[in-house]
Amino acid sequence: MEHFDLSLVNWSRAQFALTAMYHWVFVPLTLGLAFIMAFMETLYYKTGDEEWKRITKFWMTLFGINFAIGVATGIILEFEFGTNWSNYSWFVGDIFGAPLAIEGIMAFFMESTFIAVMFFGWNKVSKKFHLISTWLVALGANLSALWILVANAWMQYPAGMYFNPDTARNEMHNFWEVLFSPVAINKFLHTISSGYVLAALFVVGISAWYLLKGRNVLLAKRSIIIASVFGLITSIFLALTGDGSAYQVAQKQPMKLAAMEGLYEGREGAPLVVIGALTPGKEYNDGKDPYLFRIQIPKLLSFLGYRSGDAFVPGVKDIVEGGYTYTDKDGNQKVALSAEQKIERGRIAIQALADYKNAKEKGDTIGMTYNRKLLDENFEYFGYGYLNDPKSIIPNIPLTFYSFHIMVGLGFLFIAFFILMLYLIYFKGYKINKWLLRLSILMVPLAYIASQAGWIVAEVGRQPWVIQDILPTVAAVSRIDASAVQVTFFLFFIIFTTLLIAELRIMFTQIKKGPKDGGK
Amino acid sequence: MNILKRIFRFYYEGFKSMTIGRTLWIIILIKLFVMFAVLKVFFFPNILKRNFKTDEERSKYVIEQLTTKPK
Repeated sequence: MEHFDLSLVNWSRAQFALTAMYHWVFVPLTLGLAFIMAFMETLYYKTGDEEWKRITKFWMTLFGINFAIGVATGIILEFEFGTNWSNYSWFVGDIFGAPLAIEGIMAFFMESTFIAVMFFGWNKVSKKFHLISTWLVALGANLSALWILVANAWMQYPAGMYFNPDTARNEMHNFWEVLFSPVAINKFLHTISSGYVLAALFVVGISAWYLLKGRNVLLAKRSIIIASVFGLITSIFLALTGDGSAYQVAQKQPMKLAAMEGLYEGREGAPLVVIGALTPGKEYNDGKDPYLFRIQIPKLLSFLGYRSGDAFVPGVKDIVEGGYTYTDKDGNQKVALSAEQKIERGRIAIQALADYKNAKEKGDTIGMTYNRKLLDENFEYFGYGYLNDPKSIIPNIPLTFYSFHIMVGLGFLFIAFFILMLYLIYFKGYKINKWLLRLSILMVPLAYIASQAGWIVAEVGRQPWVIQDILPTVAAVSRIDASAVQVTFFLFFIIFTTLLIAELRIMFTQIKKGPKDGGK
Repeated sequence: MNILKRIFRFYYEGFKSMTIGRTLWIIILIKLFVMFAVLKVFFFPNILKRNFKTDEERSKYVIEQLTTKPK
């Protein structure tokens, strides 16, 4: 890896992370608020109560602001694929291209058509058609997310493809395997439900501000009920899909799981760390206690990761050194190779690709067949061939560990919060203390923190891989000038920050104004 | 034709009656201009598309990138 320009790799990664994180500021609210609006409009449709229409239109305005500022920010990620990650873009071929193309077409036709009806169609189309349009906007936004997340899940667990050494591309042989891979399904459900929870907290937070100010009380109370019910159901669903995601991580990305839990040495009946602090400067094989302190639940990590309280969970050291037994995707018991052995196999695969190419140029069919076989036999370790040090397979453990625990901690806090809100609404007749209303406002930034932390776990935890085991970031990056990447990094920082400030200013102004036609 | 006219009027009147939406559209248009006319053109060329004419050339280049260590 010393042959690669690490400054280029790091700046390219930083740029991609910056763009993705800013993009993700806008997306989750769109995903969730669309459904909340659709529920509110359904109540208007069913009851004919004009107040519900007013409430729906108010949240629709905030949805519109978020949508307008956020729209197309994701396209910048696609620019970066072509410029900064050209090797990767070519290597993934149509597997990445197909879902993104479907996403683009669906987003354009479904969202843009029905969003227009949703915003412009009041009193111009029938109530029923308007309601259907609102629901279709919600479904369209979530279906768009599906394709993006399928592409991302494939990078975490490459399925349904084979590598073509003639084109240097991975080619899809089974679309359904890509679409319905267990990682893709869990990732999709977990990610969209995080958006639902964020949107519910957003609605409760703004409604709480109105109650604190004594304004738009009916709007606030009705919105809190809808959002709290939606928030409670989806936050429980979020926890369940989180469990499903963690189970998939345990099977497919054991290093990520070890990093999430700060588990350096594997064990049977591994506990789950609920709260803890890691020992700074810990090396994977120095024998030091990884934790300064921790509160843990015995056997829970084994149970969550392998559905058995006594199962062996490999730690960072085990994965680097190999030698433990695991079950592969076909259900066979195998002994894990060490990182060093995988690096060796990866180098064989890379050399076989080079030799295949040379044999092809010379018209040497025997050489081609031989090297093709060698490549196929070792392809699952292809990416390891770019690494020089077994330690390179260890991600940033503190960042992954703390992000994971922040995400999970906040997730459970949100469940408790929604239960408390609903309890106060139904059993105490809306006697919500001022401190709880203030806490509700605080929940909004916390929801964004949890949401971003989730992506940090997913993406930092899988380093050094762009495609798990097959392509590391060092090989995926375009060999361009690092200073060019630095320039665009700061350019994006300025653009996105400006957009965010614009969104917040317009949003706050609109919230202060409240609904257009006043309210009760 | 009548349907197309109605769709046009629907959008036209919708845009015309916008209040906050106008500010948002200005932001969207500026953003799209910066993204496609500035960033894409000057900072984010598709390297493989720009430097090579055929997919065969692109494959060859990527294989070379993947199988040789950088100088």
